[in-house]
Amino acid sequence: MSRAPVIELPLTDEMLSRQSRELARTWAPARGIIGFFSEVDHKRIGMRFILTALAFFVLGGVLAALMRLQLAFPENTLIGPDLYNQLFTMHGTTMMFLFAVPVMEGLGLYFTPLLVGARTIALPRLAAFGYWIFLAGGVFLYVSFLLNIGPDNGWFSYVPLAGPEFGPGKRADTWAQLITFTEVASLVGAIVTIVTIFKYRRPGMTLDRVPMFAWAELVTSFMIIFAMPAVMLASTTLILDRLVGTHFFNQAEGGDPILYQHLFWFFGHPEVYLIFLPAQGLMSTLIQAFSSRPIVGYVWLVTALVATAFMGFGLWVHHMFTVGLPQNGSSFFTAASMMIAIPSGVQIFCWIATMWTGRVRLEPPMLFALGYFVIFIIGGMTGIMVASVPVDLQLHDTYFVVAHLHYVLIGGAVFPLFGALYYWFPKMTGRMPNRRLGMISFWLLFIGFNLTFFPMHQLGMIGMPRRVYTYLPGLGWETLNLAATAGAITMAIGALTLTVNAVYALRRGEAAAANPWQASTLEWSTSSPPPPHNFSPERVIASRDPLWDDPPGQPIVVGVRSDKREVLVTRLLDAEPDHRYHSPEPSIWPFVTAMATTFMLIWSIFSPWALVWGSIPPAIAMIFWFWPRGRSIDDETHPPEKGRPQLEAATGPA
Amino acid sequence: MLQSVLHAAGIQSARIEALWWVMFWVTTAVTLVVLALVVVAVRRGLAADAMDVTERSSLRRVAVGTVLTAVILLGLIGGSVITSRALASQRSADALMIEVTAYQWWWAVEYQHPEPEQRVRTANELHIPVGKTVAIKLLANDVIHSFWVPALHGKLDAIPGHEATLWLRADQAGVYRGQCAEYCGHQHAHMAFVVIAEPPDVFERWIQAQRQTAHAPATEQEQRGLHLVQRTACVMCHTIRGTAAGGRIAPDLTHFASRSTIGAGTRPRTREYLDQWIKDPQAIKPGNRMPTLGLSDADRSAIVAYLEQLR
Amino acid sequence: MSATVPVVDVSRLPSFAFGHRSILWWATLGLIAIEGTAFALMIAAYIYLKWRVPEWPPGVAPPDLMWGTLTTIVVLASCIPNHLTKKAAEQLDVGRTRLWIAVSLGFAIAFLVLRAFEFTTLNCWWDTNAYGSIVWMLLGAHTAHVITDVVDTAVIAAIFFTGPLDAHRFVDASENAAYYYFVVFSWLPIYAVIYLAPRLV
Repeated sequence: MSRAPVIELPLTDEMLSRQSRELARTWAPARGIIGFFSEVDHKRIGMRFILTALAFFVLGGVLAALMRLQLAFPENTLIGPDLYNQLFTMHGTTMMFLFAVPVMEGLGLYFTPLLVGARTIALPRLAAFGYWIFLAGGVFLYVSFLLNIGPDNGWFSYVPLAGPEFGPGKRADTWAQLITFTEVASLVGAIVTIVTIFKYRRPGMTLDRVPMFAWAELVTSFMIIFAMPAVMLASTTLILDRLVGTHFFNQAEGGDPILYQHLFWFFGHPEVYLIFLPAQGLMSTLIQAFSSRPIVGYVWLVTALVATAFMGFGLWVHHMFTVGLPQNGSSFFTAASMMIAIPSGVQIFCWIATMWTGRVRLEPPMLFALGYFVIFIIGGMTGIMVASVPVDLQLHDTYFVVAHLHYVLIGGAVFPLFGALYYWFPKMTGRMPNRRLGMISFWLLFIGFNLTFFPMHQLGMIGMPRRVYTYLPGLGWETLNLAATAGAITMAIGALTLTVNAVYALRRGEAAAANPWQASTLEWSTSSPPPPHNFSPERVIASRDPLWDDPPGQPIVVGVRSDKREVLVTRLLDAEPDHRYHSPEPSIWPFVTAMATTFMLIWSIFSPWALVWGSIPPAIAMIFWFWPRGRSIDDETHPPEKGRPQLEAATGPA
Repeated sequence: MLQSVLHAAGIQSARIEALWWVMFWVTTAVTLVVLALVVVAVRRGLAADAMDVTERSSLRRVAVGTVLTAVILLGLIGGSVITSRALASQRSADALMIEVTAYQWWWAVEYQHPEPEQRVRTANELHIPVGKTVAIKLLANDVIHSFWVPALHGKLDAIPGHEATLWLRADQAGVYRGQCAEYCGHQHAHMAFVVIAEPPDVFERWIQAQRQTAHAPATEQEQRGLHLVQRTACVMCHTIRGTAAGGRIAPDLTHFASRSTIGAGTRPRTREYLDQWIKDPQAIKPGNRMPTLGLSDADRSAIVAYLEQLR
Repeated sequence: MSATVPVVDVSRLPSFAFGHRSILWWATLGLIAIEGTAFALMIAAYIYLKWRVPEWPPGVAPPDLMWGTLTTIVVLASCIPNHLTKKAAEQLDVGRTRLWIAVSLGFAIAFLVLRAFEFTTLNCWWDTNAYGSIVWMLLGAHTAHVITDVVDTAVIAAIFFTGPLDAHRFVDASENAAYYYFVVFSWLPIYAVIYLAPRLV
């Protein structure tokens, strides 16, 4: 720390609390209606993502409940084919694009700065823009659904069914454009996360001291950057084929429907890891906290995350085993799809070792984490089955796959998510959730989930394909379908109790201390909920588990201004202080840009000229966004006409 | 269990089922072992008050577990590759060649033969001789469909602009149901078919019968039925060889009464269901391509009588 | 209460930084990664479509080499003023930054004009066949990048002439120049694919 020396200063508690109050004023969120739309506080943006994603989760669940009601009996006439085909499309699209990835993004935006000890995220206006685009996309999809132009070709929208010849009207276009909205939101969130974790860490937080969930978010963000362009290309070429007569997928003019599948699944397989990797970070977080000891195998766990991310890009053809591709090529993807179980296995063994050698406390978050073991492992085993080409030839596109995907996604991601939401609820809201209701909701969800999805393995094996709005009696599918419907109702009740718990706790829950779970990471060192500036004072980090292992009296970081929004930017590998940076103020322009972009994207479903004329408003909004408002706070560095800048005079502590 | 992966009646499905059972037992054992470890870990953790922080020995066990996982996976990969090779080896130069074209929402079947007049066209039903290799060439007329008869083999997609061949060999006689397994629009749920495996001599008799032109109507009602068929919209879509009906965009009806279902497996082929179907196909299979013809009851009965004798 | 506590004093650190130390550099790198991946996938789609047919381009002549090659030469030459803009910005030299960013802007606009001529040499429309579709997409996507770069550069240039200026604007100019290298170098494989690949036997 040659340019940021450790010195001794006579700091009193009174000086520190004065600084804290000044920081709270400086970082206070903007007020009023304009303030609401100008928000750049990462905790508020993160909370918006989480709440909006959970609302979509409920909507997606309602759609699924309707599907299950229709399938409870053979030849049921509750819902006809047109509506049913829209329901399963909307369910999949909602869960994958409007719930699973955004909720993890929301948790990331809320907690990443807290975990790495920073005052805020990098590029907060970009994050704000990401939220508005996400919200706009979701609203657009549901309004389309209500106007009867919602998509009905499944969540991956294969051509030619979704193409210009067989997909009349605008239904497939609403799907394709929804992709654009959500993919932009994800990409933006990924950039924000990477820059925050790389450059905003507290001094002393070397890379090998970064908490597991932050690592998971970092690796996921890299995956997003390399995976999302593929779906962007798939959805764009789909719209182009439909709107302006291109022939990417028209076999009569040299195109190929299989090209669409390659483009989509090159994204689509990593997509499930985008959902799953953050949840693995959450698992490490929960297991560590509720085993009261540092996680066993930190380096192995991080390596496993990175290995999963790389390998995840080499599996996509396993979604295409029935397409008739050459056998040797397919065998490679079988091998890769099975080998990816190895990093997952490493993680499971490390978590078992942690519990084995720790002091376990069975609080509701821990129960959800334990639920992962049962459900995800079963899902992983059925995954190994469908990874094999011969077996997949039988099981592809049947209810066996529906069972598999729900086991890995709900067991692998949703259960850890619910555990983490419970765990972090006190930190975010300042209230403790009700333990008893937490236990009840866990059991309802666990039992309901297995009752819903376990029978589907059998259904697939006795011949029931996916995406059927009804089935004939006499095939032996009746009882299993009825059981699945009963399970779905149980799950719905479980989800309801979770909601009741959250609402009750918000109104009447016990006040939460800073660290009710006696956990070890930095978010627990500040109040519940955190103040706008997150931390004060900010101490240099000395270990992986600062609240357990840092010696008392670590140096406090001083010299970052508290009268203006300033952050400390540190170096990538060793988190040494590098420079001070003016964090952007609240601004309405991200919202305006998002609305202008929304208008352009919706217009472009109807006319290609939207990309020309419709791109002008967002361009103007972005110019306003980036145009400087006066000089930056660091007036001391106004550049002379020639020559080098002067370093600022030492400002010292407030 | 006519449509089950677990009741293999052919060589291909038998190989796959065998592999599946191996995977089932291996994965079940692994699941039980790992879950037992979780239970033990939790119990130890609940009972603990002091903490054992020697990371090294835990990591050694993690390493052992990882290596075991890799070994098991390599074994399963090997088993999978062996099965793939076995399936690929079941091709034969003198297989029975059948071309199946998938339409929204039915299956056109054409038995190949070097002489065009010996080719047999039917729909939604295949007969195959037991013990003989059959090569099914899959084509798609419109969107992607998937041909799947689980008792005999895994599925293969029919993709516009592509040709793919599914090799089958039934080893047991029986009636095996199949269903489209790639979402193909409105009535994907009602796009089934049947494969009937029968002794070779029975098969020969069947195919010879199928090669004949349509059975001539006998009674007056049946004759009237034929007359009506040739004068209404039926001829726009359907073929009945030996009559003026030559449409090619709907199932071939020449030997309609030799088949067991209507509407690609949607209803059994009985007089009553046939009458309902012709009266209002949209009520039974909404969105399918057959229009409502608006025939009088008497006309419809005559047509039903005629069709029912097209064995 | 007057005992001292250890502190890390960061007050003497600068309030801006260039290159990989800056936040904007990382954000720009993220954008380059995203768009580079998109271009790579478009090229992969081109190769996929080419591999499926015996004759390529099907039924049309390959694009004429002149305009594309001319564009490439101009764009490679434009690296010089771009480099000079970056250097001037990193030295916080207002005068030279203004000069070279204006020159860079001129080159970028020239690039755009030449690009318009390139479209006329493709010998097919986007709706002629799959070849036309992918070639128009490749050229169109790259052109969109050039257009956004022209707008970005124009805005930054405007700020340099009108103010308000401070050190962060020099970082903006430097990062914009860095991004321009991506626009230039992403063109080279696309040029090879559009103009040279059809001529390969």
